[in-house]
Amino acid sequence: MSERTIEFEVLRYRPGTDPEPTFQTYRVACQDDWVVLDALNHIKDTIDGTLSYRWSCHMAVCGSCGMQVNGEPKLACKAFVRDYGGRIRVEPLATFPIERDLIVDMDDFLDKLQSVKPWIVREDDAKVTEGEGEYRQKPAELTRYRQFSMCINCMLCYSACPQYALNTDFIGPAALALAHRYNLDGRDQGNEERKDVVASHAGVWDCTFVGQCSAVCPKDVDPAAAIQQGKIAATTDFFLGMLMPKKGDK
Amino acid sequence: MDVIKTDVAIIGAGGAGLRAAIAVAESDPGLDVALVSKVLPMRSHTVAAEGGAAAVIKENDSLDNHFHDTVSGGDWLCDQDIVELFVKAAPHEMYQLEHWGCPFSRDADGRIAVRPFGGMKVERTCYAADKTGFHLLHTLFQTSMKYPQVKRYDEFFSVDLIVDEGRVRGLLAIEIRTGRMVAFVAKAVIVCTGGAGRVFPFTTNGAIKTGDGMAMAYRAGVPLKDMEFVQYHPTGLPGTGILLTEGCRGEGGILTNKDGYRYLQDYGLGPADPWPRKKAMELGPRDRLSQAFWHEQQKGRTVKGPYGDVVYLDMRHLGEKKINERLPFVRMLATNYVGVDPVKDPVPVRPVVHYTMGGIDCDMDTKTALPGLFTAGEASCLSINGANRLGSNSLTELLVFGRRAGEFAARHVRDEAGKGATETSIAHLADGLAGRVTGLLEERHGTESIAGLRKEMTSTMEDGCGIYRTEGTLLETVGKLAGLRERYKRVHVTDKSKVFNTELLHAIELGNMLEIAQAMAHAALDRKESRGAHQRLDHPKRDDGTYLKHSLAIRGEGGAPPAIDYRDVVITKSQPAERVYGGEAK
Repeated sequence: MSERTIEFEVLRYRPGTDPEPTFQTYRVACQDDWVVLDALNHIKDTIDGTLSYRWSCHMAVCGSCGMQVNGEPKLACKAFVRDYGGRIRVEPLATFPIERDLIVDMDDFLDKLQSVKPWIVREDDAKVTEGEGEYRQKPAELTRYRQFSMCINCMLCYSACPQYALNTDFIGPAALALAHRYNLDGRDQGNEERKDVVASHAGVWDCTFVGQCSAVCPKDVDPAAAIQQGKIAATTDFFLGMLMPKKGDK
Repeated sequence: MDVIKTDVAIIGAGGAGLRAAIAVAESDPGLDVALVSKVLPMRSHTVAAEGGAAAVIKENDSLDNHFHDTVSGGDWLCDQDIVELFVKAAPHEMYQLEHWGCPFSRDADGRIAVRPFGGMKVERTCYAADKTGFHLLHTLFQTSMKYPQVKRYDEFFSVDLIVDEGRVRGLLAIEIRTGRMVAFVAKAVIVCTGGAGRVFPFTTNGAIKTGDGMAMAYRAGVPLKDMEFVQYHPTGLPGTGILLTEGCRGEGGILTNKDGYRYLQDYGLGPADPWPRKKAMELGPRDRLSQAFWHEQQKGRTVKGPYGDVVYLDMRHLGEKKINERLPFVRMLATNYVGVDPVKDPVPVRPVVHYTMGGIDCDMDTKTALPGLFTAGEASCLSINGANRLGSNSLTELLVFGRRAGEFAARHVRDEAGKGATETSIAHLADGLAGRVTGLLEERHGTESIAGLRKEMTSTMEDGCGIYRTEGTLLETVGKLAGLRERYKRVHVTDKSKVFNTELLHAIELGNMLEIAQAMAHAALDRKESRGAHQRLDHPKRDDGTYLKHSLAIRGEGGAPPAIDYRDVVITKSQPAERVYGGEAK
């Protein structure tokens, strides 16, 4: 296994101590099968215990370690050092407030996720009665929404989204993709309830279809496609609404 | 000390904690739930489970089959009354998860599909491709958002339980983003903090699995049960320890040694063909497969790799279409992390620490010996897993017993209404506990590094308390651990800041892990037999006369090692017999 020394320029910010974020450089001898996270762990364990970042699974599924690597949003556990040169710049995800070092505040996403009702909405409340089996769902029905259910909430898409950077009212790629996931699920009846948020100005219509969200997604969720499909659905609903207004509609 | 009042506090927001929170909200909508977790719920390690969750949902299967597979898989150390309850409740819980939206893989007729797993007589593992844990966790997390009474305290690090007059009164936590200490005052507490794989150097477990809840309960006087039983999963990627699911073998993958030979046939799991075949060869139980690797290694028939010896997991014959459909995550993991595409080449694998069968001692209602304290999931030990957990029982366990924990905690709150200490006195107790944290932050000339102590701990656990153990190796490990606990008193935290001080949290986690490692090693030293995942080269036989018992590690005072006590296993309908796999298996 070959070894190579790489300079990591890591953004540091400790509120209360540092007046503003600054870069700190660490030189690390890296194995060529290392990911950026391995280098950060090496720094934390042997060079500087004060460096803070989130991580857990080291297998690209828990979504903790999203950060900017050379300016691009990446999972640090899936960004291999062999794909970079002798200098790697590591920063917290863009578009979110920094809490400390590489850690951002993502409360805003959690509120938005909740606002799209990311659960099965049904009149029977999705309760299983004794002796009842599963709702049937054919493989093709599963395929309709499955891709959009793969979101790990890593926030790379928000970090890449130019619209969210300009306007944090935008519900954003991951939350809209998850709303779409439930809307496409045959077991769900919540389309109407989600419409206020999904089809609002801050919902799908705020997206200018740059498509960066899908480009950076480490799980191939393709939120841009979910949003465009959401626009079509919202338009269809709008015209249907004009033709057949429902009681209580404004 | 800031105080947050609630009815039920749940520590840990993985599968078990979320299921418990929903159960409290559903069984008594008037109760408040505080869901306290050191990470955002979707970061919990349930997310990494791949293969699936077992439940009898097909006509060709029976509850009796599930029961017997579980009990023999656990080498008869399971409490059979609890296993009976578990297998009976499992199908309903699986359907409930499905109703909440879990994207299970389906048969052509739209029913939930099942696949075989190791040690199963009949295939009964429900799965969502090879991301079952991920989907289960996100389904539960998203569903939990519909209950306004479930209040999340994300990134609050729990330090200790608050105990007064022999009952649990709440817990002390650190709000990570501010460094503020908070006392949660609760009428019931449920510990769902998962296992402690991180006490070993090579593990599938995420960084967060440091056994905090086990250590908290242990310090509060609750015994840790069956801690000597640590499961090695036979197929981890070398270097990282990333799990490749047993589903690889369930779908037909095979294990070969350096000669391309399916070596498992030499260890009572053969004959090799016909394949695939239930309860044989690669579909034997995990303990047997990991032990077979060790023997192959002794014979020099494994392959040398940069991260130690490996064997090969060969899935090429499954074909690209099936691998993409059933095992897409496995393909990504192997391709990215070891540079091997399983469609084209066999993948190097080796046994890796995966699961702690042991945990906080509790009964079938998830109650511990400490009134008001409940537990579920990998943190707990009921025990349905005995000496070796059957693959795909753990996801089902956290559903069945997460729910029970929520329901019994809610009942406890109703029954205990009006009793209890005052808020002020609880906050005062919390102040006392906080000293352990503030002590770590004080300016002092600590000489021991966190990473250094952690490395020595994990090394001695692997050397002395791994797949095979002897009195000699265990004595060395318990001696070493006692020394490490002493040195831990001089641990140095360089970061004195408040906001997101992860170094401080690592120091607390290390303290927790050292205590758990000690419980494991002492329980292993005292069990002079071989059973399931606990294999003693100096006591190679199972000894039902002496050890058909659960071990109970009781914490020693003043830094003393734990005392080990024993309790009889509950046998209802399956008398201990020989575990039979391969040609003889029925």
